[in-house]
Amino acid sequence: MKTRLIDIADVIRSKNSGPYELTMDIIFKTVEDFERVWNAGVINEALISQVYQIDPDQILSILAFPPAKAIKITIKRPICSGNIGETDVYGAQQHAPLLSLSFDLNQA
Amino acid sequence: MKNEFKILSTTAILGYGFPLESFEAGLAKKPDLIAADAGSTDPGPYYLGSGLSFTDRNAVKRDLKLMLQAGLKHKIPVIIGTAGGSGAEPHLNWCFEIVKEIAAEEKLTFRTALIHAEIDRKTVLAQWEQGNVVPLDPAPPLTEAAINASEHIVGQMGVEPFIEALDLNCELILAGRAYDPSVFAAMPIKLGYDRGLALHLGKILECAAICASPGSGSDCMFGTLAEDWFELQALSPARKCTTVSVAAHTLYEKSNPYLLPGPGGMLDLRACQFSDMGEGRIRVTGSKFVPSAQNTIKLEGARRVGFRTVSIAGTRDPIMIREIDNIIAGVKERVADNYKSENWDYQLNFIVYGRDGVMGKLEPTPDTSQVHELGIIIEAVAETQELSETVCATARSTMLHYGYPGRIATAGNLAFPFSPSDFHAGAVYEFSVYHLLQTDDPLKFFKIETVSLPAA
Repeated sequence: MKTRLIDIADVIRSKNSGPYELTMDIIFKTVEDFERVWNAGVINEALISQVYQIDPDQILSILAFPPAKAIKITIKRPICSGNIGETDVYGAQQHAPLLSLSFDLNQA
Repeated sequence: MKNEFKILSTTAILGYGFPLESFEAGLAKKPDLIAADAGSTDPGPYYLGSGLSFTDRNAVKRDLKLMLQAGLKHKIPVIIGTAGGSGAEPHLNWCFEIVKEIAAEEKLTFRTALIHAEIDRKTVLAQWEQGNVVPLDPAPPLTEAAINASEHIVGQMGVEPFIEALDLNCELILAGRAYDPSVFAAMPIKLGYDRGLALHLGKILECAAICASPGSGSDCMFGTLAEDWFELQALSPARKCTTVSVAAHTLYEKSNPYLLPGPGGMLDLRACQFSDMGEGRIRVTGSKFVPSAQNTIKLEGARRVGFRTVSIAGTRDPIMIREIDNIIAGVKERVADNYKSENWDYQLNFIVYGRDGVMGKLEPTPDTSQVHELGIIIEAVAETQELSETVCATARSTMLHYGYPGRIATAGNLAFPFSPSDFHAGAVYEFSVYHLLQTDDPLKFFKIETVSLPAA
């Protein structure tokens, strides 16, 4: 059975990290779920490329932060914050595609 | 060195407010410092470029007045960084005008140390020519044109200018653009506390109660620094710090939670431990500061790229929704053709809510087959306000009556919520500088002056 990320995460958010980067945090409810997802390697470059329709070279990092039971994803912004063509100056609404992710964790 | 250094952080950004009860609870704990960060680059390049604050004048005055009155009454220094939101000269002056107004109205007598952070274009250019200005990945390399076009360029000061200003024994330190943790960390570092712990504490305190659960940008936070640990404690009964809320805050708005680069070196948090000491006190240990071989100052600049006019509209017509991409392409072409002899330099964009208005290129499902209405913002940016009006008006009227394939509703394609339909959005700015200035002197670019109030 697939586990929905939204059921095991407390926080899923996005924000600018400076005007050239966008960073997404997934903070899990339990250490167990954080470890299960991170150890399964299901949040990876291929997934993020697909979710955000970007080339893998636009992904700056995907890393775990155990003290916060969190996985952090940082990508290059399509344009510098506030440049003409901007849709989200603060980058605070770019998390949404992560809400619908689900994983087959038992298999992994 | 005394045992503990206590800091009252009032609010995430000066002007975001805080409950008086929390502030008084903080004062009752006898802080050694009252401080707040007053700015951010998050609201975008407009504020640095235009010299205006993104925070509200009355709101800033309310917060500042409470902080100043308490500071003077209890003889606690008050330190504010990134005054006026962006920390260039007009922002610092704007905030200091508010200080003067408070001093006059409340009949307060005190001295202010003003620390300037704007660096003039000529100085930046000279540094760039000497190869001292390097890109901060992934920002593009700096050019002479970008420097010359910048309205304002600021440098983010580290703790050193604050330490210098503290020697002047002023009741208030009001600084231009500053590395956020500096306003909290400078005083304890001067007193001999560990730089890594002081900066990490400052990094958390700069967002005040955002590190609590539930988080809030408009509530106070209390920090206690000792020789080999620091603690955080919320001041409102409505919220509480937890190991996870404090650790999670370390992630906020940064790319890498373990290694945080700043002026003079790197904050290394790989050995950090977060422990719950009870009563809502969260203790942090293991934060380290690793000095870098080359001291750097982060530069931020913004340049004007034109003037904007926007028109807000919507459509409820399923055939129009189906054809939206073709309609937008057709309208752009028609506008270009209409003015082709004029050689105008303009940009015409359509933000389409219901398709990809929020995420733009990052939207994984730019699909309108299931939506029943679309919100449309027509945006024209051109070299003058008048020209942007013309481009926007032409695009709006063309779209309103555009004859797309399969059209059934021939009276008009757009629903406008407002009359007038078009709005002047004024000057448009972009970040032009986001680079590192290499300098061995962390004080050189930040001039300090003192002002006594009331003026003699």
